[in-house]
Amino acid sequence: MSRSRLVANAVAVTTAFLTFFPIYWMVLSALKPTGEIQSLQVRPWTLAPTFEHFQRVLEGENFGRYFLNSVLVALTVVVLSGVVAFLAAVAVTRFRFRFRTTVLIMFLVAQMVPIEALTIPLFFLVRDIGAVVPGVGLNTLGSLVLVHLACSLPFAVWMMRGFVAAVPEALEEAAMIDGASRPVILWRILFPLVAPGLVATSVFSFIAAWNDFIFARTFIISAKDNQTLPAALLVFFKPDENDWGGIMAASTLMTIPVLIFFVAVQRRLVAGLGGAVKD
Amino acid sequence: MTTVTTAPADPGIRVRRAASRKGGGLRPWLYLLPSAAVLLPLFGYPIYMLGLLSVFDYRQAQVSGGQPTSFVGFGNYATLLGDGRFWSVLAQTLGFAAALVVATLAVGAALAVVLTKAGRIPRLLLSLAAMAAWAAPAITGSTVWLFLFDADLGLVNQVLGIEGFNWFYDRWVTFGVVGATVVWHSFPFVMVTLYAGIQAIPGSVLEAASLDGASAWHTFWRVIVPMLRPLITIVVIQSIIWDFKIFTQIYVMTNGGGIAGQNSVLNVYAYQTAFGSSEYGLGSAIGVIMTLILLVITLFYIRALYRSGEKL
Repeated sequence: MSRSRLVANAVAVTTAFLTFFPIYWMVLSALKPTGEIQSLQVRPWTLAPTFEHFQRVLEGENFGRYFLNSVLVALTVVVLSGVVAFLAAVAVTRFRFRFRTTVLIMFLVAQMVPIEALTIPLFFLVRDIGAVVPGVGLNTLGSLVLVHLACSLPFAVWMMRGFVAAVPEALEEAAMIDGASRPVILWRILFPLVAPGLVATSVFSFIAAWNDFIFARTFIISAKDNQTLPAALLVFFKPDENDWGGIMAASTLMTIPVLIFFVAVQRRLVAGLGGAVKD
Repeated sequence: MTTVTTAPADPGIRVRRAASRKGGGLRPWLYLLPSAAVLLPLFGYPIYMLGLLSVFDYRQAQVSGGQPTSFVGFGNYATLLGDGRFWSVLAQTLGFAAALVVATLAVGAALAVVLTKAGRIPRLLLSLAAMAAWAAPAITGSTVWLFLFDADLGLVNQVLGIEGFNWFYDRWVTFGVVGATVVWHSFPFVMVTLYAGIQAIPGSVLEAASLDGASAWHTFWRVIVPMLRPLITIVVIQSIIWDFKIFTQIYVMTNGGGIAGQNSVLNVYAYQTAFGSSEYGLGSAIGVIMTLILLVITLFYIRALYRSGEKL
């Protein structure tokens, strides 16, 4: 084994350890008994793992409810944005219409807009819509679904574009010659073929909605039952003494689903990025 | 209507071409309709409203007190530009973003090279660890790093033997810890993208370099970097955009901007001005300034995309 490989291996393993350590520490602290967390002798392991923090968080703080709210919002966004983004991606890849490039650039520019600044007008917009349509005003999960849908669409269209373009047009042409109608071609032929890409795109939409903190914090003011995970996490920060066991258990509950999703699509993700490299 | 006026001589050709497979006539617009139905009211209109709010005197009294709103023109902007606090936050945002971009790129690029040299198992370990950091929500990453650096119960202070040291008191130390958290979240994207880029370089090129006796250092700067220039440009601009928009880590780790707002960045400043101080017009003006800065960066991004051969 050459010297450079040895060095590379050492650096890789050390960095891997350091990079993963915060995640390990989060899960470990969530499992430590309170006494060990508050002990001034910190140990990087525990001999008495306990679920007391998880239990307290899920039962006492209504976290189970917030978890379900987060899942509900994220899944609704994923389904809606998947279908809407698929249609838009077909439009910009399969047709050469006027203003096509303009539309594409708009989708790109939309990704750059600072969402946090848009929270100000969105707050008033959601408040006003809520006065007319009850289900989507302030303090409702519907408002979160709407704004997340809008925020995740531009990137979803951008990503789906690549997957639709990768399907040979000859397939659709053959179907057309066989007399298949437009909707049939779209939903029975193209849609199943881009399904893997749709899954990858959906994971990103899911993560964006799942991780959101600012909209939940801004729109859900008084309806505690409609809170989602990220904003609920802040409940554990107390001015006098932070409940670290609770915070770490809640953080673990929030992180694990995303980790699983991410690892599930990571190969496709890396392949997609690699494809962008070759001109 | 324009169709008729521009091609009155032979409208038939136009109609036929528009209805052909490629043009699709109205069909692409039909497919874009759902997107438009979502984005125009929930994205386009808010952007317009952000600009509108920024030229009005809009505070708590107008929102809930029934006071009449008054048009103040560029008054909010004048207030900002005359306020030393705005300039210091702007400078701080730019400086912090620049430091983050440099750190993220240095770490990401170095590790991408390490990945190409390392054996199978170490490579897999680093890839998986990086994926975990990448996937971790910004807010949970922030809470964990907060805990690690906690003055009394944090691991870092215990290991260093400096119990009671508050990492979130001094402005620059705070920026250092928050910056480390951000880099931890964002280096994986750079590493994975650049690694994929290096993999796509034909092996013969690297072989030729090593046959010519080029060192690893030389190979990196003289062969890999020039070949990956378009990709690096895209990664750099994306990093600039992300780091300029940083919000969650600052908001959560410094509890909304640090002691007396000393760790505030533009995004947090805009949010706090609007929702903390109920100065919605002023907050919107900050948002507009941010959007304009990002728009300029985006233009560079689009140019870089074209240059990299991306077909729009």
